[in-house]
Amino acid sequence: MAQVTLRKVVKKYDEVLAVRGIDLDITDKEFIVLVGPSGCGKSTTLRMIAGLEEISGGDIAIGGDIVNDVPPKDRDIAMVFQNYALYPHMNVYENMSFGLKLKRTPRNEIERRVKQAAQILDITELLDRKPKQLSGGQRQRVAMGRAIVRDPKVFLFDEPLSNLDAKLRVQMRTEIKKVHQKVRTTTVYVTHDQVEAMTLADRVVVMNAGLIEQVGSPNDLYHSPATKFVAGFIGSPAMNFIPCQVEQAAGALRVRVNDTLAFPVPADRTARYTPHAGKPNVVLGLRPEHIAETRPHIEPNQHDFSQVIEVVEPMGMETLVYFTLAGIEVCGRVNPNAGATADKAMTLRADLSNMHLIDDSTGKVL
Amino acid sequence: MADAAIAPTTTAAAPARRPQYGSMSKNRRWALRWSYFFLVIFAVFFLMPPFYMFITSLKSSAEISAATNPWWVNSPTLSNYIELLTQNQYLTFFRNSAIVSVFVVIITMAISVIAAFALARMKFWGSATLATGVFLTYLIPDTLLFIPLFKMFAWVNDTFGIQLMNHWWTLMILYPTLTVPFATWIMIGYFASIPKELDEAALIDGATWMQTLTKIFIPVALPGIIAATIFTFTVAWAQFLYPLAFTTSTSELVLPVGIVTTLIKGDVFNWGQIMTGALLGAAPPLIIYAFLMDYYIAGLTAGATKG
Repeated sequence: MAQVTLRKVVKKYDEVLAVRGIDLDITDKEFIVLVGPSGCGKSTTLRMIAGLEEISGGDIAIGGDIVNDVPPKDRDIAMVFQNYALYPHMNVYENMSFGLKLKRTPRNEIERRVKQAAQILDITELLDRKPKQLSGGQRQRVAMGRAIVRDPKVFLFDEPLSNLDAKLRVQMRTEIKKVHQKVRTTTVYVTHDQVEAMTLADRVVVMNAGLIEQVGSPNDLYHSPATKFVAGFIGSPAMNFIPCQVEQAAGALRVRVNDTLAFPVPADRTARYTPHAGKPNVVLGLRPEHIAETRPHIEPNQHDFSQVIEVVEPMGMETLVYFTLAGIEVCGRVNPNAGATADKAMTLRADLSNMHLIDDSTGKVL
Repeated sequence: MADAAIAPTTTAAAPARRPQYGSMSKNRRWALRWSYFFLVIFAVFFLMPPFYMFITSLKSSAEISAATNPWWVNSPTLSNYIELLTQNQYLTFFRNSAIVSVFVVIITMAISVIAAFALARMKFWGSATLATGVFLTYLIPDTLLFIPLFKMFAWVNDTFGIQLMNHWWTLMILYPTLTVPFATWIMIGYFASIPKELDEAALIDGATWMQTLTKIFIPVALPGIIAATIFTFTVAWAQFLYPLAFTTSTSELVLPVGIVTTLIKGDVFNWGQIMTGALLGAAPPLIIYAFLMDYYIAGLTAGATKG
């Protein structure tokens, strides 16, 4: 059993708080991704789990044992670094077996494990090459191999794909997922790329300014973000935040965006949003995919409105359109054949069944 | 009319493009000519003294003092070599120099590699100040040091009864005061250029600090270590001031001082043997350079670019 538990973990550099007391339970065999903007404390958290940074407060437990003062080598972890950190003077086999050799593992056991890991990662024919003779993707595989052979309780990945080009990154992402499905070891993975987080994780931990904003499955975070930060961080293009006013008019609850445009609140949300009627600093959160072109058949909670399109970005399978609403640039996703043209008015359709209402003063989703 | 005016210029521009390659290679040709020109001047300038040494070493004393062409030997002789290698204490000087230099290299590298590793990697209170301090030590000229060193040796003699003056082995303790700071400084720079993740990976792999040093840092920083080794050997081999001040008996002298004190008697200069001695004395560093040159260059340029 290799669960990882963080209790009120704090990291202080001189007077700067990098991590400000986080609690996290990672269950056995789980793939957890820590995601957030740079400087949010995600890498520091990972390095504290690894034992490369001392913790300034709180407790970290691996497999039920508190490891606050245990050196990295005795924590039974393996780490994959962003720049691979392969030993340049050793060949692939020596790189992968270095840790086992230091542990005085019998030679035939080392050979068995290295061969097995090499097979999993498909690098068997690279075993006698030096790191400089390998491509970026191959180096990353070797770095993963070095982690796998040690058969650790926990894998730690520190932005392992950031050094790869876009195409290879997608390929290696799938590779990492495959490896996890084969090896099933508890994994903590740090990235700033929300797509990586969504695609890899069993659960995603969104961090911001040294605190955890929200923990949940990728779908949870996407569909029911807890804060404006999470709502804006997860999803690409980002969610639109349109200043609005909740108003009670003629027995119906509406979200007024400007003098001429107000969307009725879906019936199932009326009770939830009624207390916020008339409040200042309320923001309507609507993802670009919920603003599309108009169609003949209209579903409940969908509302047409007309806007002058300012920028059109064809993406192939879809076209992004940008327009101004309530002084904010808003993005919508329309069908490439919908005939979106810059500087021309277009009738768009907002789907409010997936709307969010956010209190801008607290940053909480209402 | 306008069309007609444009047409010839465009047709003229098209073939004009081809000679551009020619002009580029012409540029390159000139650059090469200039670099050869200066390289030849450079080489002649620096090879002249050794060549003069070689020519003179093949001349008899009579020929040297005669007004003949200094750049030519009329009757070459090996007598200088034979005399030097059989009669004088030249071999003793050579042996003293060799032992001192080899041990100075060993002592210096043992201290500076470990010191540099600690200063570059282990963050402890005052480590940055210490690193600067090490370099500042190197900036003190050795001419300023030997009076305090005399005092220290006298104190050692008074207190422990150990006479450090006039022994060739004392030089093995003296030279590291010059070589350790600089070698440490080179190594700090070299170790600092090794990515931090490498020792973190080693740390996670279960290596101790000592294993990280011996199994990761030393192999990776080998070019830097070789650069420091060559530097140390050269300093130890060529050092003149300290042996001149601290050793006096003929049996305790090292090569540079030995040649000067035994082959110059009053105002009689035995030029033939001086030149032979200097030429033979220049051989060991030359051989070491020749073997380690590739590493040396790699060591000097490493850290300049991240690679």
